[in-house]
Amino acid sequence: MSGAGGPRPGAEGLSDAASIASRVRSGELRAADVAEQVLGDVESRDAELHCFNLVTGEAMRAAAAEVDRLVATGADPGPLAGVPVALKDNLCTKGVPTTCSSRMLEGWSPPYDATVVRRLVAAGALVVGKTNLDEFAMGSSTENSAFGPTRNPWDTGRVPGGSSGGSAAAVAAGFAALALGSDTGGSIRQPAALCGVVGIKPTYGLVSRYGLVAFASSLDQVGPFATTVADAALLLETIAGHDEMDSTSLGGPVPRLTEALRSGVDGLRVGVVRDFLADASADCVAAVRNGADVLSRAGASVEDVALPELLHGLSAYYLIAPAEASSNLARYDGVRYGLRVDGEDVEQMNARTRAAGFGPEVRRRIMLGTYVLSAGYYDAYYAQAQRVRTLVARAFARAYEHVDVLLAPTAPSVAFPLGAKTEDPLEMYLADLFTIPSNLAGHPAMSVPFALDGQGLPVGVQVLAPALGEVAMLRAGVALESGATPGARGPVRPGAVV
Amino acid sequence: MAVELTVAEVRHVARLARLELSAEESVHVAGQLSAILDHVEAVRALDLEGIPATSHPLELVNVLRADEVRPCLTREEVLGGAPAVEDGRFAVPRILGETP
Amino acid sequence: MSGSPVAAAGDDRLAGWETVVGLEVHCELATATKLFCGCPNRFGAAPNTQVCPVCLGLPGSLPVLNRRAVELAVRVGRALHCTIRPSTFHRKNYFYPDMPKDFQISQYDEPIDVDGYLELPSGRRIGIERAHIEEDTGKTAHLGGGGRIHGADRSLVDYNRAGVPLVEIVSRPDMRGADEARAYVAELRAILVASGVSDGRMEEGSLRVDANVSVRPIGAERFGTRCEVKNLNSLRSLGRAVEHEAARQVALIETGERVVQQTRHWDEVEGRTSAMRSKEEANDYRYFPEPDLVPLAPDEAFVEAAAAGLPLMPADRRARLAALVPHEADGLLPASTADQVATTVDLGLDDLVVAAMACGADARLALARTANEAAQTPEAARRLDPQAFARLVELEASGSLSATQAKAVLAELLAGGGEPEEIARRLGYEALGSGALVDALDAVVAAHPAEWARYLAGEDKVAQLLTGQVMKATKGRANGKAVAAALAARRG
Ligand SMILES: [Mg+2]
Ligand SMILES: [Zn+2]
Repeated sequence: MSGAGGPRPGAEGLSDAASIASRVRSGELRAADVAEQVLGDVESRDAELHCFNLVTGEAMRAAAAEVDRLVATGADPGPLAGVPVALKDNLCTKGVPTTCSSRMLEGWSPPYDATVVRRLVAAGALVVGKTNLDEFAMGSSTENSAFGPTRNPWDTGRVPGGSSGGSAAAVAAGFAALALGSDTGGSIRQPAALCGVVGIKPTYGLVSRYGLVAFASSLDQVGPFATTVADAALLLETIAGHDEMDSTSLGGPVPRLTEALRSGVDGLRVGVVRDFLADASADCVAAVRNGADVLSRAGASVEDVALPELLHGLSAYYLIAPAEASSNLARYDGVRYGLRVDGEDVEQMNARTRAAGFGPEVRRRIMLGTYVLSAGYYDAYYAQAQRVRTLVARAFARAYEHVDVLLAPTAPSVAFPLGAKTEDPLEMYLADLFTIPSNLAGHPAMSVPFALDGQGLPVGVQVLAPALGEVAMLRAGVALESGATPGARGPVRPGAVV
Repeated sequence: MAVELTVAEVRHVARLARLELSAEESVHVAGQLSAILDHVEAVRALDLEGIPATSHPLELVNVLRADEVRPCLTREEVLGGAPAVEDGRFAVPRILGETP
Repeated sequence: MSGSPVAAAGDDRLAGWETVVGLEVHCELATATKLFCGCPNRFGAAPNTQVCPVCLGLPGSLPVLNRRAVELAVRVGRALHCTIRPSTFHRKNYFYPDMPKDFQISQYDEPIDVDGYLELPSGRRIGIERAHIEEDTGKTAHLGGGGRIHGADRSLVDYNRAGVPLVEIVSRPDMRGADEARAYVAELRAILVASGVSDGRMEEGSLRVDANVSVRPIGAERFGTRCEVKNLNSLRSLGRAVEHEAARQVALIETGERVVQQTRHWDEVEGRTSAMRSKEEANDYRYFPEPDLVPLAPDEAFVEAAAAGLPLMPADRRARLAALVPHEADGLLPASTADQVATTVDLGLDDLVVAAMACGADARLALARTANEAAQTPEAARRLDPQAFARLVELEASGSLSATQAKAVLAELLAGGGEPEEIARRLGYEALGSGALVDALDAVVAAHPAEWARYLAGEDKVAQLLTGQVMKATKGRANGKAVAAALAARRG
C-alpha cells in the first residue's frame, strides 16, 4: 500500500492499482495470478454483497494471459497492466450483457464497446465484470436494481449509496483496484463517500460518454473509483481525452493529472460551502471542518463562502434530469432490442413493454419528465430549471474569483440502512443535495474518504473545482487523503494479499 | 400553493410516455408526482426574469465530422437482439394511426 | 370524410373561390453518409444493412453532425435567398416504430435558413419561411392488409433510411392553386439539383411533399382553415391532391359545414384525401434542446466555402436569357417568348442560346428553334456546337433557308452534328443559294414578259404568280421569302 492513511490495520486487500501495474509490468507479478485471486475472492464473497451483475471470468483470464504474453515478449502491456477493474453495468461492452440493472435490457448484449472500455482494455486493465446500479442510474442507494440491492461492505445491513453502488462497493470490498461509474447528480461521489473510497466526477466533456447508456445527457459523466487519489487520477488520465464519437467531448490535451499529485497545497485557496453545512449530519460537518484544517496546516488558505443559490440545484435537477431521461428512455419500446410484452397493436405493445420492463422509480421519473416537457408546462418547469442552472453556474463563478477549490460534505449522512428511504422518493433525492450543483455546472468534483463516524462508517469530504480544474481538485484531494483518519478508506475486509 | 395532478392528467402523461397504468396506479402516481412537483414549487416561483437558460454546460459550437463512410453493423448484430424479426426486418404488431 | 360532397371541377374552376397552398418539402441531402453517423446514405440496399449503433438508436450511442450536410443546408439557404443563421437542434419526441430513438433530431425554433424566396417562371415570388436540418426515419412495410396501413396485421421496419439527412423547406402560404403548387415544386427541384444538394428523384423519395391547403372566397383577406395533405410523391399527385382537397373544402363550406383543421392522407389510387386517425396528444412533441449536440454557428468563411461554386439558379438564368431577347414596347416579354425562356432554362439549354447569340445569331429565332425544336431532344441539344447552331439560325434569318428547311437541317445537326451549310446542300437546299435563285428568276422573267412588266408597273399582286413560277421551276425547294426578296430587289 502506498500513501498515508492506508487500510485499516489488519485489513489486507488488493493492493493499489499503481503498485499492481508496476509489478505486473516488471514481471514480478503475473496478471494471471491477479485474475485468479480476484475471481476466487468474488466467487466466495460477492454472493452476499452483490456488487456484480455479471463476472466475466473467462474474458478476464484471456486478458490477463495477453498481458503476461506482452510482458514476456518485452512489449508494453499498458499503464494499467494487470489491474482488475469493475465496470458499471450501464457501460456498453461488446458481446457482453449490459443491463443497466433493468428487466428492460436483461440479456441484451451491445454490438460495440464504450469508448472508456476500449481505452481501459488498451491500457492493459483486466475487466472483472459488470457492477450493479440503480436501474438506469436512477437512485442513490442501488436498491432500485431489478436484480436486488448491493450491500455496503462496511456494514451489509446498509446501502452502498448509488447509483454506482456496485462499483463503489466492489472497490471497497477489494474485488477490483479500480472501477468506473457514472455521475449524473452524484452517482459516483455519494457511493464513494458511503463506501470509503475515492470517486471523481470529471469536468463535463473530459471523458467520452459514447457507450454510456444515457440517463440525463447534459449531466452524465463517466468517472473513476479507486482506493487512493493517485489511482483515481491514473484511471481518469487513462479514460480522459477527446473522442470523435461524442460531440460534447472536449478537445485539447488532457491535464497531467498524476503530476498534480506531488504539487502540495501551499498557496491553494480553499472555500468551505457554508450553505451546505446546515443540512448535513454532525459527523459530515465535522469531517469538512477537519478537512479544512488539514488543508490549512498544509499551506492552503481557507475561508467560508456563501453560495445559497446552490440549494436550488436539487429542484432544478429533478426537473432537468427526468425530462432528459423521459426522452433518452423512449427507445426502450420493445421493437429493436430488449424486452417485449405483446399487445394488440404497436402502441399497446410499447406501453405494456415499458410498464413491465421499467421499475417504479424509472417509471416515476419518465412520467415526471414527460409532464414537465408537455405542452403548457415547458416554460414553467423545464425552462425555469435551465435558468436555475445559469444561477448555479454564476454562483460558482463568483466563488472561484476568490478560491481555487471548494470543500463540502459529499453526502448529508453516512450509509443508511437498506430500506430506510425506499418508501419516500423525496427523502432519497435529498442524498444528492450537495453533489448536484457540480453536474448542473459541468464542473469536476471528487469525494475523498476522510473520517469514520462513531459507528465506524466512512465519511467522505467533497472537493469541488471549476471546469477543467482537476489539477487543483486533486492537489486538495491528496492533501485530504494524507490527513485522513487511519482506516477511513477501503478495502475494508481482508482478502488474500497480491 | 400545492400542486395537484389529476388522475386524468396522469393518464394523459402515461399515454404520451407509453406506460400502461392501471386505474389504481394512476391514483398512486398522481400523489407521488404532486409531492415532487410541490417540492420544486420554490424554484418555479423564483423570479428569474432576464436570466438566460443554460441547456448545456459546455460552450462548444460547430462540432462536425467528415462525410466519410464507416463500417456498418452486420445484419446479425443489427437483428440479433430483436424480439421479432421477419424477412430481415424488425416485426411489430399492427400500427393504428399514421406517422405523426 | 367519406360521403361528403366533392365537386368534380379542379380548383382553378371553383367559381368564386381561391385555393391557398403552402408546402413543406422534405429533401434528402446528397451526402455520402447519414446525418449523425458514418453509414452510407444510399437508396436500395438490402434491409437493415446500412445501420450502426448510432442510427439504430442503440443505448449509449451518440450523434455527431455531418459537415457535408451542413454545407448542403447552407447551399439550400443561399439558393433560396435565405438568411443563414446560428442554429440549434431539438428533440421532437413521439413514438413510432420507424424512429429508432422514438424522437427525431430536428431544428426547431432556431433553424439554419430563414426568410427567403423562390421565384417561379411566371415571375411570382413564393416566400420561404425556413429550411431546417433533420434526420429521416426508417421505412415501414405493412403486411396482411394489401400493403396498406389500415387492415394490416403487422408491420416490418427497415432502418436503412433512418438518419439520412434531410432539409425540410417550408414555404409561406403564397401559392394560389394546384398549378402554382406544382410549378413551385418543379422549380424547387431544379434549384436543389442545380445546387448539388439533391438528386431530385421524387420516385425514390428524395423529395417528399406535404401540402397545407385552404380555400377562401376570392377577394377575402383572411385565410380559411387549412388541412395538411401528406403522401404527395409526384408532381401529379400534388396537383391532383390540391385540386381534390380544395374542392372538398369548398363543397363543405357551400353545404354549410365547416372545415376542420386536420392532417389528411392522399390516396393515389382512390384519388382522394382522407383524415388520418388523429390522436389527442399527436401534437405534443415535447421539444427540448438536444443535449448530445452543440450549437451550430457557421462563420462567414464556412458559409462562403460551402456556397462556393453555386451555379446560377434557374430564375437568374431566365432573367439572363430574357434580357437578351427584344422586349415589347411596354418593356415586357411576350407571353410566348417568356414560355420559351422558361422551357429553355428548364431543359438546361440556355447556355446554347446564349452562346449562339454570342456568335451573332438572332436572339428571338435562336430561342424559338431551341425551345420548340431542340427541346424535343434535350440530351442531343446540350451537345450541339453553338457555332454551328448560330450559323443555322443565320441561314434562316437571312432567308437562305425556309423555316421548314431550317428545322430539317437542325434535326440533322441534332442527330449527327456537322456543318449546317453542308447539310443544307446535301438536302438539296443549296438550290436556294443566291446563284441558283437568280438563274431561276431570270428564266421565269424571260418566260413571262407581260407579267413582269405589270409587276414593274407597280402591280404587286403579280408577285404571287411570279413566285409560284419560281417555286415550280425549283421544284418547291425555294424559300418563298427569299424569292419575294429577290423579286423586289430586281424591280429596284
Ligand atoms: Mg419535419
Ligand atoms: Zn449509422
